[in-house]
Amino acid sequence: MTDSLQAARTVLWDAAGMQQSDVEKMLSRLHSKDLDIGELYFENQRFESFSLEDGIVKDGVFSVDRGVGIRAVAGEKTGFAYADEIALPALGNATDAARSIARAGSSGSVALAPVGGPVARYRSIDPIASLPQDDKIALLRRLDSVARAVDPRVKEVNIRLVAAQDTCLVVAADGTMAGDVRPLVRLDVTVLAEDKGRRERGFAGGGGRFELTRLLEGDTVDGFAREAVRLALVNLDAIAAPAGPMPVVLGNGWPGVLLHEAVGHGLEGDFNRKGSSNFSGRIGEQVASPLCTVVDDGTLAERRGSLSIDDEGTPTQETVLIENGILKGYLQDKHNASLMGVAPTGNGRRQSYAHLPMPRMTNTFMRAGDSDPEEIIRSVDKGIYAVNFGGGQVDITSGRFVFSTTEAYLIEGGKITAPIRGATLIGNGPEVMNRISMVGNDLALDTGVGVCGKDGQSVPVGVGQPTLKIDEVTVGGTAA
Amino acid sequence: MSRTGVAATAGAQQGALEKLASRVLELANKEGADAAEVSLSRSSGLSVTVRAGELETVEFNDDQGFGITVYKGNRKGGASTSDGSEASIAETVRRACDIARYTEPDDCQGLADPERLAREPVDLDLDHPWPVSVEEATELAKRSEAAALAESPQIFQCDGAQVSTGQGLRVYATSNGFLGSVVSGRHGLSCVAIARDNTGMQRDYWYTGSRRHDLLEDPEHVGAKAARRAASRLGAGGVSTTTAPVLFVPEMASGLISSLLGAISGGSQYRKASFLLDSLGSAVAASHLSIEEQPFLPGAMGSGWFDSDGVATTAKPFINKGEVASYLLGSYSARRLGMTTTGNADGAHNVVVSGNTRPADDLIKDMNRGLIVTELMGQGVNGVTGDYSRGAAGFWVENGEITGPVEEITIASNLKDMMMNLVAIGDDPDLRGGIRAPSMLIEAMTVAGG
Repeated sequence: MTDSLQAARTVLWDAAGMQQSDVEKMLSRLHSKDLDIGELYFENQRFESFSLEDGIVKDGVFSVDRGVGIRAVAGEKTGFAYADEIALPALGNATDAARSIARAGSSGSVALAPVGGPVARYRSIDPIASLPQDDKIALLRRLDSVARAVDPRVKEVNIRLVAAQDTCLVVAADGTMAGDVRPLVRLDVTVLAEDKGRRERGFAGGGGRFELTRLLEGDTVDGFAREAVRLALVNLDAIAAPAGPMPVVLGNGWPGVLLHEAVGHGLEGDFNRKGSSNFSGRIGEQVASPLCTVVDDGTLAERRGSLSIDDEGTPTQETVLIENGILKGYLQDKHNASLMGVAPTGNGRRQSYAHLPMPRMTNTFMRAGDSDPEEIIRSVDKGIYAVNFGGGQVDITSGRFVFSTTEAYLIEGGKITAPIRGATLIGNGPEVMNRISMVGNDLALDTGVGVCGKDGQSVPVGVGQPTLKIDEVTVGGTAA
Repeated sequence: MSRTGVAATAGAQQGALEKLASRVLELANKEGADAAEVSLSRSSGLSVTVRAGELETVEFNDDQGFGITVYKGNRKGGASTSDGSEASIAETVRRACDIARYTEPDDCQGLADPERLAREPVDLDLDHPWPVSVEEATELAKRSEAAALAESPQIFQCDGAQVSTGQGLRVYATSNGFLGSVVSGRHGLSCVAIARDNTGMQRDYWYTGSRRHDLLEDPEHVGAKAARRAASRLGAGGVSTTTAPVLFVPEMASGLISSLLGAISGGSQYRKASFLLDSLGSAVAASHLSIEEQPFLPGAMGSGWFDSDGVATTAKPFINKGEVASYLLGSYSARRLGMTTTGNADGAHNVVVSGNTRPADDLIKDMNRGLIVTELMGQGVNGVTGDYSRGAAGFWVENGEITGPVEEITIASNLKDMMMNLVAIGDDPDLRGGIRAPSMLIEAMTVAGG
């Protein structure tokens, strides 16, 4: 039994006075011969945040959410219910509700055995307790000073420090038993700068699956504070963005949100099983320029989007989605993998016990190419260079996607010139991916702030890419 | 496999939760809090999704929530949990008090002023349980999906037809004497249709939602409308980059109203993070536009007699003939601004828009040449500067007639200019949500396409 499974059992079963035999009995009650999946997901989410505004730490919040989600799957049918407490009577009621989709009565007994093979991608620590409360307050106050000291034009500073620990334990009628203890920390800095009556905001932040003390190492958090200020100041000088189709160079790191929207969502197994994605049925086809190799990798140590096991107990892996422009594979959870006759890829994720799992991304990025980033900029006569984005959205059926810049510049005659106001870029996934004509040698992952939304569920994710050039994308500025 | 009367017990729990709220406030006092506010909620519901003529997913929702904010002097601490057991609640109260040991004093912090608290409960007709069984809900969803598939040969599948119902109870109490509770429900039916032809696939949806299930649109109507919307997008072309009038349909116009209200809300004003900073009494929109709050509309989605501070809500204009008549203030933001709360700590409670109103169909003729926006994508709205740049899809209009669907375009401007250049609104307010936005015709925006 892994340490994390043992720790999860202690938190979720022992504390509630629940034995493995009780859980096995509940699974037997859920199970029937026409069910493909019968699953109980126990979870305890702890969360703490402190927020600074006006130079004082005025808000602090702590929460605990715990419960059990019960899922029954028969073919394409799913029954789902949950209990907001870890206690046998509530669990029994929810189990009976979830299994109502099954035709046959309960059958057979279930014996649980630990899932083999998971490698811990982070340590089973409690990040909330990893730094004394007084030190958290002091950190926020110090960063406020750091941000304000950069430039007198800084008028407002908001900083938020979040530490969370998610302990989960998934058991299923097929004998699956896997547990995980997932730390997650994050620090966000937002500043508002004002000059000559004009105001602009800048944001920076990051984190990962480790102790809060890790954020204090080196220059990390001071760097976030200075970066937020830099961004606000850059935008104070921004001119109207151009409008219309043009070459776009995307910076490395966070602009990888391109891949998340243009490629990632469209390759999630549920959409492809149902034939509702414009990537459906296209395995083996050229869907991007040959310079593009895109992977989803949940195994990267301590990254925000990483998991040791997914929320169905499947160990995470590196999944090649696109290799040299050819579509190679989809992101799968157990349900969709089984209906499509393929193996799960460790991408079954859920926001909480009160939500159904579905195929989701972990860390999605493009592998490095050969080009020198400066050479990529030099190759553009007239276009834009976009290095920061607020977020994106995709319509997986038509392939249309958008993402909105928060830091971008004109490129004129091969040189980066004036900063431009925020503009939305819009394109069609495979079309844009086919127009990628240069890929840099400077792959970087984001700093750890990504949140992905799907069907109303949010999960933490990572993105990344090298600097790259798209020959033509529509830029939604106002300067025609 | 039926479970009827999903939440028929919500009303019965009201008294018990109110008593619990009082006990928790006493406990907070014992733990050293000078003042406290507590919220408790229970909700339950059923959601059924049908795909390809078969039940695909049945979800039973059953949630409880408990949250407390305590004040020690001017220090604040908050804690919440989904676990409603007495032990868990006691632990949560202690956690909130512990947090308040570390946060720093802020003079504006604290409960609402007692004289502003709502005193008289108002029955707003929000509670109409729908005792629908899984079988009945499945049948309704099947009818909706079948209607979508029958509407057009181009609809090759639906991405789900869904029926949902939910009912909830919310109790809020403060240590300075407020106790209010609301039992409410909402029900809905939606359908997502996918159309296909040799130009590709397009999806669109339609939904109906109400606090009364007997006011929902027919399942067939919802399915057929989703189908027509999806099919009408097939073969969408691009637009050459230009400046043109833009007509926002009601579902899209609600976002413009939200952005406007966000800019005159207390939080964005005291943080100076508004494109309408210090705008009280100033003209910020076309002089025919008025935006009013109407909190007491019976059965409406946004109705409520107290805000999240327990303060009485009031009917009032936010925008009167283009001028800012009132900010949206809660107790905290009001104190920060040296003003008085407007009972909008949790935003507006039903927003009604009036102005230069035209029959919706005539707006297309009025526009003559331009873009009808039926879909917006992305988050390209900057609340600090008003800069607006979003992905869009819809229909192009020439000579007052729709010429065809367009997609992969962006629309851009600044919200200040857009509001000032509002030409007219439609007679078609969308009553499904708290913001009852009508169609809105903006005189000119930059429209960019490939």
